[in-house]
Amino acid sequence: MPILIARRLLGALPVLLGVTFLSFLLLYVVPGDPVQAVAGERYDEAVLAEMRAELHLDDPLLLRYGHFLAGLIRGDLGNSYVTREPVSERIAETFPKTLALAAAAMILAIVIGLSLGIVAAARPGSWIDRSAMALASLGISVPVFWMGMLLIYFFSLQLRLLPPSGYGGWSPRYLVLPALTLAGASAAMIARMTRASLLEVLGEDYIRTARAKGLPGWKVLFVHALRNALLPVVTVIGNDFGSYLGGAVLTEKIFAWPGLGRYTLDAVASRDLPAIQGAVLVMALAFVLVNLLVDLSYAWIDPRVRRGRA
Amino acid sequence: MKALTRSTSFWIGAGLVIFFLLAASIGPLLYSADPLTPDSDALLLEPGGAAPLGTDALGRDLLARVLVGARVSLSVGVLSRFIALILGGLAGLASGYFGGKTDSIIMRAADLTLAFPALLLLIAVVAAFGPSLFTLFLALGVLGWAPVARVIRSRVLVLRRMEYVEAAHATGAGTLRILFLHVLPGCTGTFLVLFSMGLATAIIAEGSLSFLGLGAQPPTASWGTLIRDGFGYLRTAPWLTLVPGIVMALAVLGFNLLGDALRDLADPRGLPGRIR
Repeated sequence: MPILIARRLLGALPVLLGVTFLSFLLLYVVPGDPVQAVAGERYDEAVLAEMRAELHLDDPLLLRYGHFLAGLIRGDLGNSYVTREPVSERIAETFPKTLALAAAAMILAIVIGLSLGIVAAARPGSWIDRSAMALASLGISVPVFWMGMLLIYFFSLQLRLLPPSGYGGWSPRYLVLPALTLAGASAAMIARMTRASLLEVLGEDYIRTARAKGLPGWKVLFVHALRNALLPVVTVIGNDFGSYLGGAVLTEKIFAWPGLGRYTLDAVASRDLPAIQGAVLVMALAFVLVNLLVDLSYAWIDPRVRRGRA
Repeated sequence: MKALTRSTSFWIGAGLVIFFLLAASIGPLLYSADPLTPDSDALLLEPGGAAPLGTDALGRDLLARVLVGARVSLSVGVLSRFIALILGGLAGLASGYFGGKTDSIIMRAADLTLAFPALLLLIAVVAAFGPSLFTLFLALGVLGWAPVARVIRSRVLVLRRMEYVEAAHATGAGTLRILFLHVLPGCTGTFLVLFSMGLATAIIAEGSLSFLGLGAQPPTASWGTLIRDGFGYLRTAPWLTLVPGIVMALAVLGFNLLGDALRDLADPRGLPGRIR
């Protein structure tokens, strides 16, 4: 297992480097002179030249990328064009809030998705199965931001159960609606995948053996089938982490959640490129790392993967 | 074909898709209310009466705006899908057919594109190049190449080994001839699935970015901007967000169901899902 971990980490290095390069390029390819954009109407040529030198704007592409990487290793993502504050500080402040939201959403999605998928697969073709899958189709089709508004409309404005927006740490009162919003589509995907994967596994010989031994249906389903059906489900969960991060941008906007998503949007509104770049880079790195973990968890869940690849 | 006509999701999906295509193409011609000119005598009218779906804060007819919004949302989706299918299709063909170095370079590039959370990358690119509908559909198309390339590649890997392709090779057909005359037609079903499912994703992405103010700019209406405009009136005029949201979700549902049915037909084991 340690060898496997080391090999996967090494294998992820090119992607990690690529991600940093693309994020870097984002600032490079943007039309217009960033310094002039910051300086605005009234500017002094000498000051501009100084700023250019400070940002290494006159260096060749690869050298600038080198500076960017060196800064990144020191934890320096440059300064905001707007506030002149280090971007990394603001990201360190906002990212944990986004992670908390994403984690809560992921837990909700797994619980809802697995339960729906299991009840659907237990009686394939029944009305329970069909309504669970119809619900899942609907869940995938509803846009994240509209889902958020629906929840606000019903739970905050009509029923007056929960606050429509705001941040209260881990307090469930503020967390439930945004987490549910973010979890919706993902829960639907997990439900579909669980059902499909369970149905496939339930056709295997060892399931017939387990049934033939006289084991009760629930035991066959939960003990024998579910564990082996989980692998593709884990992939979906890992892939969806990216959609949590993207969806967080929308969800945080609707619910005024002070996370990295809203920071990104504020940066987009003021065309604060270093901030956009830093936010995108951090979220992409997190996404790559989560996918790496998912990859490793295959080996942990399924010994066949462990031996097959080694 | 029989399997297709027996599937409920095919009928519901196809019905919804045809309905929305008709609504977008001839809807604005049949329903003549003006979607753009404000009317101070008809502010925030509730649905029913002269305006079947109500009016917005400027007194503009919501049904008329949803209909022209359908044109914007659907055409952004369709055009961006064409770009994604052409770019991703060419890359996937080359990757699967040539193999070796070409394959590994193209697939690493796909890995890299998919290493970013899709919506986030889209936001960053559109923000960097200046928000407009044009930037949005271009970015949506170009960034959508990677999943297409992966799926087409795996299809080409199968087709390449088919006897009829090897026969064509044996008769001395050139590489381009084999690729475009023999391999490409074999991917038609896969392209249809990718088109339908990707269109659903593209409609959501367009809506999301327009909702954030990074897509259609006023006074152009798209489903996303309508929901965005309505959000401020959630308390007083909820139909302004509910109606365009339901419309958009139904359109996405239609393309998803159609894609599901086509996919089950083409490959019962399933393709990688959506690209959100």
